[in-house]
Amino acid sequence: MTLPEQSITAIDIGKLFGSVEQFKNEGYRLVQINCTKVGDVFEINYSFDKDFIFKNLRITVTAETEVPSISGMYWGAFVYENEMHDLFGIQVRGMNIDFKGTFIRTAIKNPFSVTITKGEKP
Amino acid sequence: MTKQIIIPFGPQHPVLPEPIHLDLVLEDERVVDVIPSIGYIHRGFEKLVEKREFTDYVYIAERTCGICSFIHGMTYCQGVEKIMNIEVPERADFLRTIWSEYSRLHSHLLWLGLFADSFGFENLFMNAWRIRERVLDVMEQTTGGRVIQGSCKVGGVRRDISGEKLDEMNKALDIMEKEIEELTTVFLKDDTIRHRTKDVGVLSKEDAYHLGAVGPTARASGVDIDLRKTGYAAYGKLNLEAVIESGGDCYSRCAVRSSELFTSMDIIRQAIRKIPEGPIDVKVTGTPNGEYFTRAEQPRGELVHYIKGNGTKFLVRSRIRTPTLTNIPPLIKMLQGCELADVPVIVLSIDPCISCTER
Repeated sequence: MTLPEQSITAIDIGKLFGSVEQFKNEGYRLVQINCTKVGDVFEINYSFDKDFIFKNLRITVTAETEVPSISGMYWGAFVYENEMHDLFGIQVRGMNIDFKGTFIRTAIKNPFSVTITKGEKP
Repeated sequence: MTKQIIIPFGPQHPVLPEPIHLDLVLEDERVVDVIPSIGYIHRGFEKLVEKREFTDYVYIAERTCGICSFIHGMTYCQGVEKIMNIEVPERADFLRTIWSEYSRLHSHLLWLGLFADSFGFENLFMNAWRIRERVLDVMEQTTGGRVIQGSCKVGGVRRDISGEKLDEMNKALDIMEKEIEELTTVFLKDDTIRHRTKDVGVLSKEDAYHLGAVGPTARASGVDIDLRKTGYAAYGKLNLEAVIESGGDCYSRCAVRSSELFTSMDIIRQAIRKIPEGPIDVKVTGTPNGEYFTRAEQPRGELVHYIKGNGTKFLVRSRIRTPTLTNIPPLIKMLQGCELADVPVIVLSIDPCISCTER
């Protein structure tokens, strides 16, 4: 079975709210939000699905950027946004439930924001 | 105004095999709000992609969960195969489907046992787990492992199942089906169980969809989401009817899982009938360069593995979005307005897997 091709639409952080709102209005559900550290920046992907049509939005931010929460539109987004904050140190503004860094208890602060090469200890 | 008090539920609780904490805000005996808390055992092993080669990471992906381990490994492999344009042999796809459905049988039987335990029906708990042993035996006989199979790899599978063994499995399903029928009849017809589960922890169809519910939690509320319908592995070549209920309560979630046991057995039978002869793997050369969100239907619902490679043997990112993580917001909704005594049953009804969530 060949899996379907996927698209990721890169958008400016200023257009995040409008784009997410459009998905919400079109009846898409939020599948997930994830973050990846690429060099000095972070890619944040927002995935949506409706009747197995899978679409992604991407914003690219720095560690200092404050990302607006989409939990006002998708109430359940707080789990991903708190996770992103605790593991990567991404600042998210306006979460409906803000655990203030206690959602995931880690021995190292923001462990996923550092890159570890093989053989090196954190 | 009635005085509000907060009752802590977990992280250690008789119905919870794994730690999750809920702060239950109560007015008298009624729950008015819930604040969830996880992260007690977060292992952070998504980070290990930076240290393990992409072919070895299958073993780590499998260890995300001790119940649906095979499906984690398979989903990860499918993502890497997509990025690297690897066409897996058809027989491997069928074997992956068979083991995925045995994982579902194992998981749902385990859950039925735990669910019975949550309302104090110990006899039923033991019966469910007795049948589950048969499923684990088949997993062990065909892969070498009861819980962690290690039979999936990038490019196919490591082990084949002989024709004689497939026949034997087919016959064993007939015996198991009768036992499961007896078991699920008790779950669905017994008055005491209906009393404890009917109209308890109701989640409407709209809430289920917009709060991100997946798997049996969503399907019990009438939301038709079953990733197997997308046709990954060999599912596209088999007949599959998603089990949908409309009640949205604990009873409906139990009914969905009960019916899905029969769906799984049917899929295994179809796969045994249709499995083609041929190789079970292909040689993998090169390294992944690209990204993909691969999705599969775990026993608890939609699983997402995001994989990003940069052309080296180490991946840049592996992100695992487990069904339990996305079922937490719907759980909060279910608990609002329930009686304190019903909390354990409602929490169990989403089949929480904290091991997956704390990957």
